[in-house]
Amino acid sequence: MGRYVIRRLLWAALIVFVVTLLTFVIFYVMPPGDPAIRFAGKQPTEATIREVREQLGLDKSLPKQYYTFVERLVTGDAAECPQGVEGCGWPGLWISYDSRTAVRQEIIERGPRTISLALGGAILWLVLGVSIGIISALKRRSLADRLAMGFALFGISAPVFWLGLLALFIFGSEGLGIDAFSTGYVEFSSDPVGWFSHLVLPWSVLALLYAAFYARMTRGNLIDTLGEDYIRTARAKGLPERKVIMKHGLRASLTPVVTMFGMDIALLIGGAVITETVFNLQGLGNFAVNSAASADLPAVVGVTLVLAVAVAVMSLVVDVVYAYLDPRVRYS
Amino acid sequence: MAPERGFQGETLLDVRDLKVHFPTPDGVVKAVDGLSFTVHRGETFGIVGESGSGKSVTNLTALGLVNRKAAQIEGEVLFKGRDLLKLTPGELRHVRGKELAMIFQDPFASLHPMYRVGDQLIEAVKVHSNVSKKQAEERVLELLGAVGIPRPRERFRDYPHQFSGGMRQRAMIAMALTHNPDILIADEPTTALDVTVQAQILELIDHVKREFDIGVILITHDLGVIADVSQTVMVMYAGRAMELAPKDELFRKPLHPYTWGLLDSMPRIAQKGTRLLPIEGAPPSLINVPPGCAFHPRCPHRFQPCDRERPAFADRGGGHPEACHLTIEDKRRLWAERDARRLGVAV
Ligand SMILES: Nc1ncnc2c1ncn2[C@@H]1O[C@H](COP(=O)(O)OP(=O)(O)O)[C@@H](O)[C@H]1O
Ligand SMILES: [Mg+2]
Repeated sequence: MGRYVIRRLLWAALIVFVVTLLTFVIFYVMPPGDPAIRFAGKQPTEATIREVREQLGLDKSLPKQYYTFVERLVTGDAAECPQGVEGCGWPGLWISYDSRTAVRQEIIERGPRTISLALGGAILWLVLGVSIGIISALKRRSLADRLAMGFALFGISAPVFWLGLLALFIFGSEGLGIDAFSTGYVEFSSDPVGWFSHLVLPWSVLALLYAAFYARMTRGNLIDTLGEDYIRTARAKGLPERKVIMKHGLRASLTPVVTMFGMDIALLIGGAVITETVFNLQGLGNFAVNSAASADLPAVVGVTLVLAVAVAVMSLVVDVVYAYLDPRVRYS
Repeated sequence: MAPERGFQGETLLDVRDLKVHFPTPDGVVKAVDGLSFTVHRGETFGIVGESGSGKSVTNLTALGLVNRKAAQIEGEVLFKGRDLLKLTPGELRHVRGKELAMIFQDPFASLHPMYRVGDQLIEAVKVHSNVSKKQAEERVLELLGAVGIPRPRERFRDYPHQFSGGMRQRAMIAMALTHNPDILIADEPTTALDVTVQAQILELIDHVKREFDIGVILITHDLGVIADVSQTVMVMYAGRAMELAPKDELFRKPLHPYTWGLLDSMPRIAQKGTRLLPIEGAPPSLINVPPGCAFHPRCPHRFQPCDRERPAFADRGGGHPEACHLTIEDKRRLWAERDARRLGVAV
């Protein structure tokens, strides 16, 4: 297991390396034209161009430039630049063209909001979805099963913005008027209770959407697993039915759920755009969509990297959990 | 019924007129349709029949592993005098794996792929006895040794995928023997294994039968499998018994045309240079079982009453019960002709 984890860890590091390299190449090497000329202003003199080239580090080798890029991702680069100097953060994240704030700062600020939303929602939907799925599978074709699957169909088909607005309407000033549930984000460090209460509705909306999906998946997997020969063996041993299902059945039916779960979280970190917008959370999703829409290149680069790293990290986590659950993976 | 001439020994299992019918949208599947047999301590009771003849369902029903809601079950399954069909699921659970154990066809699928073999066996120990983990482990190591798994202490920590097919089946047998059961049901235990391994597993089953002094039900679609190890054989067709006899008698003086067909199609019995003759046609759908004798559409000797009257399962003077309308003289003559032809001797 230890060797397996180390292998996956190295693999994840390699992925992050490749992603940063690709980002660097796509955004800083491939675009045609000399960036020095682009950033040197109108009708630049040879001297200005040379100066800008030196300033941007374009005179250095590509590996050196890539190194600078990675260094700036880690330590930040906006502070070194006088406000509004075009191209100063080259090659780095620098500042958003739109908001004129440092992209790295923006990500550090918005990251926790999106992560709070994604992780909280994920835990909720996992617990909800898997429990509903189990009940449904065990009480197949019963009223409870039909209700649960009806709920699942509703959850899968209901658009998030509609659910979100509905929730806001019910709990907001026009409905029950529960202030604690109002939109916006509250720092966890300044007000944990406020953080929680402001996230309850977005979590629930997100969870409703995904729980439905997970319930169906759990139900299907569990029903399939319960038809396996080793389940018959477990029964033939004389194990109580509860143990047959919760220990032997669930273990095997949850492995695909784990994979799905990791990827869903990773993608949500790239942006639960609609939920963030409806509940005015100002997370990464908003940022990603706005910056893409207005061709805000530094912001797009930043969000791309965050998403890529999130995917790499989550697939690492998924692989390790999967290997823990299924020993066959560890040995192959 | 004719007085039982069969195996001497304590009667462990007495199945009486068992019927297991599954209502399905396409019709009622009559998987088992009026089956009676007994199994004794020290006996290996072979059940033979083509695939789909209800062998598995018969035994799964006895163990309570057939969903009672999905099936209409009638008859009696007396196990040491108690009718298993009348037990509640909770009571039956205490019989399963303790007094009545079962191993299955596919050892690759029968063990949980995600738990260590040792842990799966420990679980089997602990479910019916209140022992410490340490004691359970000792018991498991002892069992693994008893079924011929080398270096049990090391293999104990392996996962099923690290075991070969034969080893897995040995582990399954060890699991079944955990609580010194009275009966071991082995459902096609060698079908999924290599020929050489098959022989070893059969030998092991025979060995544990003696060692643990139990009764064994050995299910197979291959007469060759039971030729060496069983004392009694029941031939099944379409959920019914066609013939039930001491093994030697069944091989030497078979009375039912279906048994003749099975013998003719058996490679290990048919001698060198003789032709293998598969039984023509296919087993019937259990939703539309042919009227009268279920085998009549495939029977070369069918005559007047076969398609109308279901032959009783009884001793017609041949020494053991069978279900065929032919007279005992006809049976003897037809078998003699057939046997001679099979062996290539001119009649
Ligand atoms: N739960 C069930 N519902 C409907 N039909 C079933 C069910 N279980 C088994 N059968 C049918 O019963 C018949 C006998 O099956 P089985 O006992 O497994 O045959 P064998 O073990 O002799 O190959 C088959 O036709 C099978 O399709
Ligand atoms: Mg079978």
